[in-house]
Amino acid sequence: MTPAIAVRGLVKRYGRRTVVDHVDLTVMPGRVCGFLGPNGSGKTTTLRLICGLLTPDAGSGTCLGEDLIAGRAAIKRQTGYMTQKFGLYEDLTIRENLEFAGDIHGIANLRPRVDAALDRLGLTARQHQLAGALSGGWKQRLALAACVLHQPRLLLLDEPTAGVDPKARRDFWDEIHALAATGITVLVSTHYMDEAERCHEIAYIAYGKLLARGSAAEVIATSGLAAFVATGEGADRLAPKLRDAPGVTAAAAFGASLHVCGPDPTALAAAIAPLRATPGITWQEAEPTLEDVFIHLMRQVPDNADQG
Amino acid sequence: MLRRLLAIIRKEVLQLRRDKLTFAMMFGMPIMQLILFGYAIDNDPKGLPTALLAADHGSMPRAITAALANTGYFAITRSATSEAEADAMLQQGEVQFVISIPADFTRRIIRHERAQIAVEADATDPTTTGNALAAVEPAIAQALARELTGPLASLAPKPGPVEVVLHRRYNPEGSTRDNVVPGLLAVILTMTMVMMTALAVTREYERGTMENLLAMPIRPIEVMLGKIAPYIAIGAVQVAVVLGAAKLLFDVPMAGSLALLSAATLLFITVNLAIGFTFSTVARNQLQAMQMSFFFLMPSILLSGFAFPFRGMPAWAQLIGETLPATHFLRVVRAVMLKGAGLPDIAAELAALLLLLALVGTLALARYRVTLD
Repeated sequence: MTPAIAVRGLVKRYGRRTVVDHVDLTVMPGRVCGFLGPNGSGKTTTLRLICGLLTPDAGSGTCLGEDLIAGRAAIKRQTGYMTQKFGLYEDLTIRENLEFAGDIHGIANLRPRVDAALDRLGLTARQHQLAGALSGGWKQRLALAACVLHQPRLLLLDEPTAGVDPKARRDFWDEIHALAATGITVLVSTHYMDEAERCHEIAYIAYGKLLARGSAAEVIATSGLAAFVATGEGADRLAPKLRDAPGVTAAAAFGASLHVCGPDPTALAAAIAPLRATPGITWQEAEPTLEDVFIHLMRQVPDNADQG
Repeated sequence: MLRRLLAIIRKEVLQLRRDKLTFAMMFGMPIMQLILFGYAIDNDPKGLPTALLAADHGSMPRAITAALANTGYFAITRSATSEAEADAMLQQGEVQFVISIPADFTRRIIRHERAQIAVEADATDPTTTGNALAAVEPAIAQALARELTGPLASLAPKPGPVEVVLHRRYNPEGSTRDNVVPGLLAVILTMTMVMMTALAVTREYERGTMENLLAMPIRPIEVMLGKIAPYIAIGAVQVAVVLGAAKLLFDVPMAGSLALLSAATLLFITVNLAIGFTFSTVARNQLQAMQMSFFFLMPSILLSGFAFPFRGMPAWAQLIGETLPATHFLRVVRAVMLKGAGLPDIAAELAALLLLLALVGTLALARYRVTLD
């Protein structure tokens, strides 16, 4: 099976700043791949390189079997790209926006397709309202509907659920999985760990470098991190004492409990040893979370943002 | 291709229709300019306030002042009793002219001595005083010819050996309106067409919709044509407004073919739209697009021959003027409307416009980016 996305050594520089630094990425058809990384890590730039909005300074690859540069037009025809910022026209109505997207993609028999899309969205009654009047969650769903109207084979979603409430996020992700079930490949960038866990696989990028790849479980397993959870009265208050201790990557309070992780089990055990005797608190070994892994990965890479 | 083009056109029209202020401005602006330029601007002002400092109250000075008033340029609004008073009036701007007639005016004429009459003008603005001053000598000569009869007949000015026959063709009354109103067509179209398209593309970048548009399978030429087409229609309406007003309100003649003028106007509109589109590929935001449009408008008004005589400019300024579409279009409009020019008469100007269109259109397409690089 040909991969939906297969790029190697992608590089994008702005001046002396390398925003995307030799990124290799392969995504098989029908997979939902989560694209994670801190702000400014190069997620958006990578997505733009893949859908032909930017020209890479180095590297090559294929997207839907078409060459990344030579096949740009063909890729655009079969890809739906949803921008981070709402990219539809706020001064057009919901229906007009969908019709515009349909016309540009040359969809035959557009009317019923738009009707169906409106129906699926539940926006039939509001189809003549201006898109700018929609709330954040609805805007995102409309944007998604507009970019899947032409039945693309690949969906690139750039932080589609940023600032959207949990219910709308859940609906949005249900739609993503429904689309993936029809064979569409999805590459979606996000900051949310729960969303990352809903992906088939994840790719973690920081400062332009791809640092981890695989399913959530694989990423956690290969990280080699160890973690402890402290529960009991006042456990969460111990966080500041551990945060800067040697061997501790992160110590964070979750409600009343404390979650601590570090790369080396022995060093981590040594760090918490003085606190084990705290009365009323029990310590248990725990599974590191994805968040632990990402914070750990982020700390390992020197920030190259200062070089520019 | 056609479907995508139509989609862009439809989108632009819908957006334009919902942008009430812009829409109103596009039709309000030509009307306002027409009224300002058509009614308010006159390069041949009449009835200018004049002070009379007459020390001689005889019939001859009276005949002369009456003749001056009859030219229409001088309205004797004040009379001064001393030179200092007259000076103050001129200095303070109460009057434009001071006519001084010395006490010995009549006596010197009767004694066959050369008499003097002084016309002092506030010539800070030469346009205001130029025509009035030119009318002084003929008016005085005429007045004297009537006054100097009987024994004084020999003093009357005699006709010279050469008679000059003046023939002001195409605009016999020297009406400013006949010159300015057709010229307004060039200015209004330059102003709105360049600005509107310059804004149309930068708006997409500023609102974040360009990224979405670029990610879709659409070609630059389709975006460009689609964004330009609606404004051609708006330009056509503006032209209709100006030409209608020219005829109905200002009675500007239409000596030539309306069809020829329309075709030339369409060409001019397209050139301006292409320029606006090029600006939009350079400007980073709508403010910059606006500034560039005004930067372009300035020479189009000043160096095209609209505001000031083209032939009065130094060679370098004329050279700049020649590169501006407004200059060529201005010649076309004036030629067709006032001189009844036909296609052969304006072919050179049309060729210049076509050349500009080819250059700017190529530049616009070359500058337009299919990527966000």
